Amino acid sequence: MSLEKLELFEVFLRSKRGLDHKHAGSLHAEDKEQALEYARDVYTRRSEGVSIWVVKSNDICASQEDDSDSFFDPSDDKPYRHATYYDIPKEVGAM
Amino acid sequence: MAEYNKSEAELEAVFQQKIDSEQKIEPKDWMPEAYRKNLIRQMSQHAHSEIIGMQPEGNWITRAPSLRRKTVLLSKVQDEGGHGLYLYSATETLGIERSELIAALQSGQAKYASIFNYPAQTWGDMGAIGWLVDGAAIVNQVSLQRTSYGPYSRGMIRICKEESFHQRQGYVIMMELAKGSPAQKQMAQDSLNRFYWPSLMMFGPHDSESAHSAKSMKWKIKRETNDDLRQKFIDQTVPQIAYLGLEHPDKDLVWNEEKGQHDSGEIDWEEFYAVINGNGHSNRQRIQHHVKAHEEGAWVRDAMSAYQQKKLQRKINAETAA
Ligand SMILES: [Fe+2]
Ligand SMILES: [Fe+2]
Ligand SMILES: [Fe+2]
Repeated sequence: MSLEKLELFEVFLRSKRGLDHKHAGSLHAEDKEQALEYARDVYTRRSEGVSIWVVKSNDICASQEDDSDSFFDPSDDKPYRHATYYDIPKEVGAM
Repeated sequence: MAEYNKSEAELEAVFQQKIDSEQKIEPKDWMPEAYRKNLIRQMSQHAHSEIIGMQPEGNWITRAPSLRRKTVLLSKVQDEGGHGLYLYSATETLGIERSELIAALQSGQAKYASIFNYPAQTWGDMGAIGWLVDGAAIVNQVSLQRTSYGPYSRGMIRICKEESFHQRQGYVIMMELAKGSPAQKQMAQDSLNRFYWPSLMMFGPHDSESAHSAKSMKWKIKRETNDDLRQKFIDQTVPQIAYLGLEHPDKDLVWNEEKGQHDSGEIDWEEFYAVINGNGHSNRQRIQHHVKAHEEGAWVRDAMSAYQQKKLQRKINAETAA
């Protein structure tokens, strides 16, 4: 791999214990160890994270934005999956 | 990692200090073996309950009295399957395999919520289960959103968002029946009578009898005691029963002005332990059905792996041809 063509990694940060890792951005690195150190250097300079995940961008399998209408439409016509679909009288308290 | 050069006692002190200061424990953190074991027991039991809990309701999907009610019930049962998945996956972060968890369920070594060993006999039971059984589960799960283990806590937050629909659709079924013909109202009363007490049992034995409680509270795996959670459920259910115009199954229930809560009658603990120990109405049937469904699904898993092999082979062929 040439210097110009290092592997692309995606960086995920956990800002606080108990929270999910969130996507923060990406970077180029030679391997995963290096990616982790780079991520620390460029994404957590102000204590933005207590934990970092790096994942090769190529290893991420993503749904396609263009197909998203048909991909997600099974849930479009199911309003009854939402709590608000059901009218519950106030007298009985929160449900 | 520097952490691993510390002695067991030092590690445990660091661990307890994280817990005391309301920090979550995450999968790669050091944790006492007993904490890990305790979590695996509780989380897998919770996962099994979601999955076995699909059976009594699944049993009514084909018999739901209208297409709308069928789709609602189907959606709820689908959600419970999803909850099982979230919880099994979260349990696997503790270093145990899904297959081990399933084996423990099928051999009877692992438990699930006893409530699912009661049969669902009428359409009214679909109402009572959503309203009372999911209602009791929600009280417990809201509390567990603050559990000390990160993946469990995040799973609970996701599940609680989905549960509200479950309880509401159940209560709507009860409202429809309670406002219906005398026979329908009687059906609602009968379902309430049969599911009220077992729902109270879902919170487990009294605090004074609970084997796992003290350690679980110290480690903040559990945040509130069985009796405190049960009391919340008892109090919130009173106006719900009154609104339906049904009779409260607990004849000893009275408002205690001083405590600001209801005093209630005693649970039949003999029944509780009988059902836990395998002698409920449907214990054997639930496990047999699980085993059967798993075995009958073998061809799907085989087909998936054969297809995977085929795709791989095609790719290799294409590459060697190119
Ligand atoms: Fe549940
Ligand atoms: Fe659930
Ligand atoms: Fe539910």
